[in-house]
Amino acid sequence: MTEEIIIAGFGGQGVLSMGKILAYSGIMQDQEVSWLPSYGPEMRGGTANVTVIVSDERISSPTLTAFDTAIILNQQSMDKFEHSVKPGGVLLYDPNGIIHHPKRKDITIYEVKAAKLAAEMGNTKIFNMVVLGAYMKIKPIVKLENVIKGLKKSLPERYHKLIPLNEDAITMGMNNVTKI
Amino acid sequence: MGELKLMKGNEALAEAAIRAGVDGYFGYPITPQSEVIEYLMAEKPYERTGMVVLQAESEVASINMLYGGGGTGKKVMTSSSSPGISLMQEGLSYLAGAEIPCVVANVVRGGPGLGDIQPAQSDYFQSVKGGGHGDYRLIVLAPASVQEMSDFVPLAFDLAFKYRTPALIISDGLIGQMMEKVELFDQIPRLTDEEVIKRHPWATNGKPVGGERRILTSLDLDPHRLESHNWHLQAKYKTIEENEVRFEMLHCEDAEYVIVAYGSSARIAQKSIQLAREKGIKVGLLRPITLWPFPKKPIDELTKSGIKGFLSVEMSAGQMIEDVKLVVEGRTKVEHFGRYGGVIHSPEQVLEALEQKIIGG
Repeated sequence: MTEEIIIAGFGGQGVLSMGKILAYSGIMQDQEVSWLPSYGPEMRGGTANVTVIVSDERISSPTLTAFDTAIILNQQSMDKFEHSVKPGGVLLYDPNGIIHHPKRKDITIYEVKAAKLAAEMGNTKIFNMVVLGAYMKIKPIVKLENVIKGLKKSLPERYHKLIPLNEDAITMGMNNVTKI
Repeated sequence: MGELKLMKGNEALAEAAIRAGVDGYFGYPITPQSEVIEYLMAEKPYERTGMVVLQAESEVASINMLYGGGGTGKKVMTSSSSPGISLMQEGLSYLAGAEIPCVVANVVRGGPGLGDIQPAQSDYFQSVKGGGHGDYRLIVLAPASVQEMSDFVPLAFDLAFKYRTPALIISDGLIGQMMEKVELFDQIPRLTDEEVIKRHPWATNGKPVGGERRILTSLDLDPHRLESHNWHLQAKYKTIEENEVRFEMLHCEDAEYVIVAYGSSARIAQKSIQLAREKGIKVGLLRPITLWPFPKKPIDELTKSGIKGFLSVEMSAGQMIEDVKLVVEGRTKVEHFGRYGGVIHSPEQVLEALEQKIIGG
């Protein structure tokens, strides 16, 4: 199994940390992982994206042009990455702020209203975890228990009290993802 | 099994410096390697091992701090990115001339000049063909993963001290910035002052009672003595060439074509090879791990075995290709492909170049 993912959105949406949690979860279940962010001037207040690869085998190129899954969280990223999904692949997006919706017929498209759900839960910071939950429902490559283990390992101790909230957000995403 | 962590290449290098028992790190921040000094400052290694971390006033100062620290037999290290490494070239020439061991890491970015902050491999010539003045060589290690960013730190120190010469770890913005799983090695204790004195009789750590004064210098105004010193250096470099070549070969057993690539280009090329083999094209990878000494023998053997062509893939306008050509000597086709100036080639572009320049060309 090799899953090649791009996560793209605005800086500040938690794109990079969502990728990091996914990568940590892969390590927790003995897989190989790579996490490659855009680190150029564009991440200083603009679009941010990260390529994450989770695999049972040694990972070749950490930089890719075609992905099994694209997780898209703003219009600029939709314009840039809709066409980078491999035929038969998955595109997951939050329709919040999207004007031009994806049109491709050779991929499976899902939506999750993560921004809205997070606001309803009273904490917009857990937006990215709602998206992660939606992704985990579509592609259960990482187990929830390993995500929690990964969170425990990557978060400083003083934030561990927030883990249950993150778990709720993941569940919220899992229960609210719809196929278009 | 050692501790498993998800880390950036730069962070793994920094953690490895602490664990390798380094006595002093002297650096100056520059993107895309600033995480090295940031990590070291945050980690407070002085409290863990007694290691000193100091932000110098410039790259010129850091490399000369290596001259001073390394001269006393201590394990000293610095890191920077391309423009900062250019500033260190004078110091590297002096360190090589005075035979002072140390480790320098270059997380390469696009050039020339101030360039940009994106990954590049255009410092190959600078690393393996001198950089500074005079007849000298550096041992040059090229990690292709975060794991190797960690593993090559103690290796570089072993080699630097074994041969009393500076060693360079050359990666780039891609390896430095990406995170991968890394298995950290166990802490290697720092040497005590007594151990350093005992182990390095050449070091300037105090004239022993009844012993001779020790002088570390690259200056000798007597040309005949300086020529002898150069003969000694050249003999040492020959020994290194004979004993320290490191490389990796993948899918070369049945290969008709071979990609030669190091560092991040070697990672990208592995994907290209997978795509090529899905199309029935038999291609393998030769990955130099030491850029100097360069793996001449395996390239010669592949040429003799009837390889139809080599593609040197590097994020430069074509630098390593010169060393491949020096081995092949016209016996088979050698071409270059690479994007540069901070642009990273895609696996598909590498495959296309292979098809057009080597197979179809």
